[in-house]
Formats: sequence, structure tokens, C-alpha cells
Amino acid sequence: MSQVPDEHGRFGPFGGKYVPETLMNALIELEEAYLKYKDDPDFLEEVRYLLKQYSGRPTPLYYAERLSQHLGGAKVYLKREDLNHTGAHKINNTIGQAVLAKRMGKKKVIAETGAGQHGVASATVAALMGLECKVFMGEEDTKRQQLNVFRMKLLGSEVIPVMSGTRTLKDACNETLRYWVSHVDDTYYILGSVTGPHPYPMMVRDFQRIIGLETREQIQEAEGRLPDVIVAAVGGGSNAIGIFHPFIEDKDVRLVGVEAAGRGVDTDEHAATMTKGRPGVFQGSMSYVLQDEGGQVLPAHSISAGLDYPGIGPEHAYLKDIKRAEYVPITDKEALDALGILSRMEGIIPALESAHAIAQVLKIAPTMSKDQIIVVNLSGRGDKDVESIMSYLAVEEGQNS
Amino acid sequence: MSTQTGPNAIDVVFAELKAKGETALMPFMTMGDPDLETSVALVQAAEAAGAHMIELGVPYSDPLADGPVIQRASERALKNKISLTDCMTVASKARQLGVKMPFILFSYFNPALQLGLERFFDLLKEHGFSGVIIPDLPLEEDSEARALAEASGIHLIPLVAPTSEARIERIASQAKGFVYCVSSLGVTGVRSTFHEGIDSFLSTVRRAASVPICVGFGISSRDHAERFAGQCDGVIVGSAIVRQVEDALPLLTSSNEVERKQGLQAVQDFIAGLKPRATII
Repeated sequence: MSQVPDEHGRFGPFGGKYVPETLMNALIELEEAYLKYKDDPDFLEEVRYLLKQYSGRPTPLYYAERLSQHLGGAKVYLKREDLNHTGAHKINNTIGQAVLAKRMGKKKVIAETGAGQHGVASATVAALMGLECKVFMGEEDTKRQQLNVFRMKLLGSEVIPVMSGTRTLKDACNETLRYWVSHVDDTYYILGSVTGPHPYPMMVRDFQRIIGLETREQIQEAEGRLPDVIVAAVGGGSNAIGIFHPFIEDKDVRLVGVEAAGRGVDTDEHAATMTKGRPGVFQGSMSYVLQDEGGQVLPAHSISAGLDYPGIGPEHAYLKDIKRAEYVPITDKEALDALGILSRMEGIIPALESAHAIAQVLKIAPTMSKDQIIVVNLSGRGDKDVESIMSYLAVEEGQNS
Repeated sequence: MSTQTGPNAIDVVFAELKAKGETALMPFMTMGDPDLETSVALVQAAEAAGAHMIELGVPYSDPLADGPVIQRASERALKNKISLTDCMTVASKARQLGVKMPFILFSYFNPALQLGLERFFDLLKEHGFSGVIIPDLPLEEDSEARALAEASGIHLIPLVAPTSEARIERIASQAKGFVYCVSSLGVTGVRSTFHEGIDSFLSTVRRAASVPICVGFGISSRDHAERFAGQCDGVIVGSAIVRQVEDALPLLTSSNEVERKQGLQAVQDFIAGLKPRATII
């Protein structure tokens, strides 16, 4: 496979830089800075040191024996990104970008967040590096994720509730881009996923590849071979690309992205961008987008605020089109059931995002043989979601009684 | 329906204004806010107020370059399911009612992409547009649209920003129609100060461009318009006018014809009040 993205930030037809002219120079500067530092030993050493000593990498690759036996098929391994500092894979990318921001001489950073994991990770690295940080979060999400709002404030960041549009992640991204347009002189935008204009999809992917690189070594050590299937949840797609990417050339490893089907892909309430979307330009890049006939972007729905996004990273769009990865939908209910099963079987409460990936494992593991191996990226822990789950279950119970 | 032959109407208007030493006044309005019929009437009002050309804005769900005023107008229009092609019909209807000024469509890229770029330019021509502005389609991504624009005789008008730096030369030297100079960092919206390097920015663009240059983003008064009148060929006023429309909504949507006329008059008066007095160069 040829190297992607190309020099225009294209993954096949996807990607690119579709932003207001005011941002173009900032993106070019960012790209130049990233290309300058990405192979710089001092830069890499600083990132490596923080990942190890601050975040706690490498994260374990845990054999979920009870779950595997329960399912009666493939051996299931969990890549424990939930054990990272701040509770999710998001820290990998924010450490990388914050070190870059510092090298670029920036003193102020901004970030968008949905569930708050990226916001907390950004607030954390900002505190660590002495950067002033503002986090934009949909007003709806500030209610769903009050605990994370509080954590960000404790860490010294300002949380700005976004009142426009759907008041969720999509509009938080819009407002962050708008703020960046106004303060592009002195502000670095720590984008949280493999979405947005070039160079973000490439750069965030590179910072998240550590997940797949570790997995490769760890599974070789544990099993002496590569896994048969890798499963990961996909909103914007950063945890998924992080674990997929080092395996792309290994054609025998099936890569499965799991997107949020909300109340079902046949309803209007889902975030199943690959299943129900079509190519379009959204928030700076060409990719699959949930949109109406006229090209207006549709609101997305998921019980997980982190998957509640009508777009997806352009590299995933490319992997889908070249048929290197497959993307499947999982409903709110299936994710919640999976969350319950993993909690009881393994004593691990996953984030709602990761619960979507687990739900897919519950479907496929029993169909596989006992000598086959699935690795699932457990991208985050569920502490942040406990309140969402409680209110969801309360509503369900109310409807059933 | 008129199709263009001969020179582009934008070029003709700028040539006429230059001969008279005048600065073009170019209002922006969001189409379908509050409805298409009113948009047609507002376009007529803008011409009656002395506008020289007009930007017809297509409402979009994710208007990245726009501030709250235009975002709200977009939301109002989208509630009525206003589509890209609906917006284009405002131009041809206004033309049928005798409006003479050139029309420029302002749309984010995705609606045009979904329509199909070839069809997009065919329809622009069919509905009598002379130009198009796509704020999220920078030079690096515009080759297909540019080729189609040139083939259909429609100007694809580029934006340059104070942050464009090394790109100014490339953007301005290839520009058709005019160069849209973004007067300040940030999204559209009324503001009291402009980018501190604005004057040298404008003269840099002026030197690089072989077409007229216009200033927009944040211009909301005659004083602003006159501040830039000597340095550019036209001023673009968006949010301030859209805000006037918003303020006049109770009148504009009234079933009482007298009130409706009052609403249109209020917007017309506001636009007339923006017009820079002729500068003597």
C-alpha cells in the first residue's frame, strides 16, 4: 500500500484541508513544525518519557479468561488503555501535541470535547506544561458529563459551554475552530481525534500508534503470533486507528471498527457514519458524513457522548473503501449489555465507547474457534459514564414498568 | 432565464465605479431568512438602497467562518428546509422583478459538492449568478471548482486573510472578479477594531492583485465603510445587515402588508446608511 496521507493530506479521495483561509497559514505552520519534530530524537524522547513515567505506559494486554470461557470461542485480550493516566487513550495524543505546542512557543491551548476524556487529557497536559487552556464542550454534554467538567476546572482549565447547534461534540468542534480563527496568532489547537484538516488526522494517528505497536509486541510475547481480529470503537476514530495502524500491512489480521447505532440505524437517532453516511466535506476534511440530501450535516445520537459525532476520520473512510477495515454498528442497548457483562465477568467497568467494541466481541467471539485470538481496544474506563448509565437505566425501567 | 454572454457583470460594475471614483457597497444576506419570498423583496430593497452587487448566502448547518448572527439566520432558514437550489431561485426571481445588480452566491462547500459541482455551476449560470464565494475551499482544494467556474464564465472569488502571508501573492494573482480581503481575524460579525496590520495587508493585496479588492468581516457602519473606501474597491457588509433583518422579523413576517413594507424599508434604510460618500481620489 502506498504511503498515506500524501503531501496534500489525502488518504485516497479523503482528507485535505477544507477550512477558512484565516486558518490555512496556521495549518501549514503546524504541518512544518510536526514534520520537523516527528523524527527529532529530543522531541521523541520527551514524549516517550512522559508516556512512560507520567501516563504509565506500556498499558497491559490482558487476557480476559473468564469472558473468553463464557463466550466459548476465541481468546479475548483487552488492550488496557483505560489504565492510562486520566483514564483513556486520549492522553497519548495530548502529550504529543502539548510537547509540540511548547516547541512551537505557544502558551495557550484550546481543545474540544464530547464525553470529556479529551478535555480532561488536554487540561491535564496543559497543567503539566504550564499552558493556559480553554476547553469547548457542548452544553448538552456538560450536563451528561458533570464530573469531567469539574475535573477540567480543578486542573485549572476554563470550560466553555457551547450553546450553538446541537450543543454536543459537533458544535464544540465548530466553536473551537471559530475560536482558533480569532486567536490563531498565539493559540495552539489540540484536536482530539483523527478528524479535521490535515495535518491533524496524520499527526493524531502517529501519536496514537503506540497502542498498536505495544499490542504487536505484547501479543507476540503472549501467543507467539498476531491476532486474528482487532476490534475498536469508532467515533472520530483515534483509538481505532491507533491500534489498527501498525497492523494494516498484515492482511490476515481483520480490523473491525464499531460505530454507535444509538437507537438503531433504521431510526434517526444514531451516529453510524459509515453505515448510513456518504462522502462529504465536514469540519475541515473529506470523509463519510451523516447528512441530508442537500448536504446539511445531521445531528448524531449515541448514549456515549464520545461517539455522538456525525463525521469520522478520513483514514477510516479510506480503509473502508479499500476494504482493509470493516465498520459495524452497535446500539445503545447492546453497548450497555456488554458493559454489564464485562463488569461482572472481569471486574472492569469500561467506558461506554469501549463497551460498543466489547458488544461486537460478544457477537463474534462465539463464532470463532478456541485457538483464535481477538484483541479489543479498551479505550477508556467507565467512571465518567456511571451517571449516564444510571439515568439511561432509570428511563428504560420507567418505560418497562 | 438569462444566461451570461460577454463580459462578467461583476467586472462591468467595478469598471463603471472606478470611472466614477466610487466604492462598491456589497450587502450579504442569508437566503430563506425568514422565507424565500421575503429574501427576494430584501434583494430588491438592497438595490433600491444603492447596493452595487449582492451576496446571497446559503444557510448551512456548520457555518465555520460565521459568527452568531449569521449562524442564527442559518438556523432560522434551515427550519424552513431551504436548499441550495432554493437559494439560487432568489436571484432569478429578483432579476425577473427588474433587479439589475450582479449576484454572487456564498455557500459552504458541502452543499455544492452534494449537488455535484458540474450541476452547481450550470445552475449558477442558469439563475444569473456572476460569482461564487466558498469560504471553506482554499486554493489547495479548489482546482476542480476553478476549472468549472472558468468554463461557465462565473468568477470563483477567493478570500485572503491577514494571516495568509506568503499565500497572498498566489491567491491574489490568480483571482477572478475581486479578492475578498478578510479585515480581521475571526468569524463574521460586528466588531469595533480591525486587524492591526490591516492597512499594510490591504496594500500588499492591492499590489499582488490584478482585479479589484474588497474588504469584509466586521464592517457595520458608514464610518467603517469610509475607513476602507480609499484603500479598496468595495466593502462587504454581512452580519450588521442580517442583524437588521433579525430585528425586523416581526414586521417582515407580518400578515399586514403595511407592516411588511415597514420592515423592508427599515432594512433598506439601514443599507442606504452604509453607503460610503463618494471619495475624491
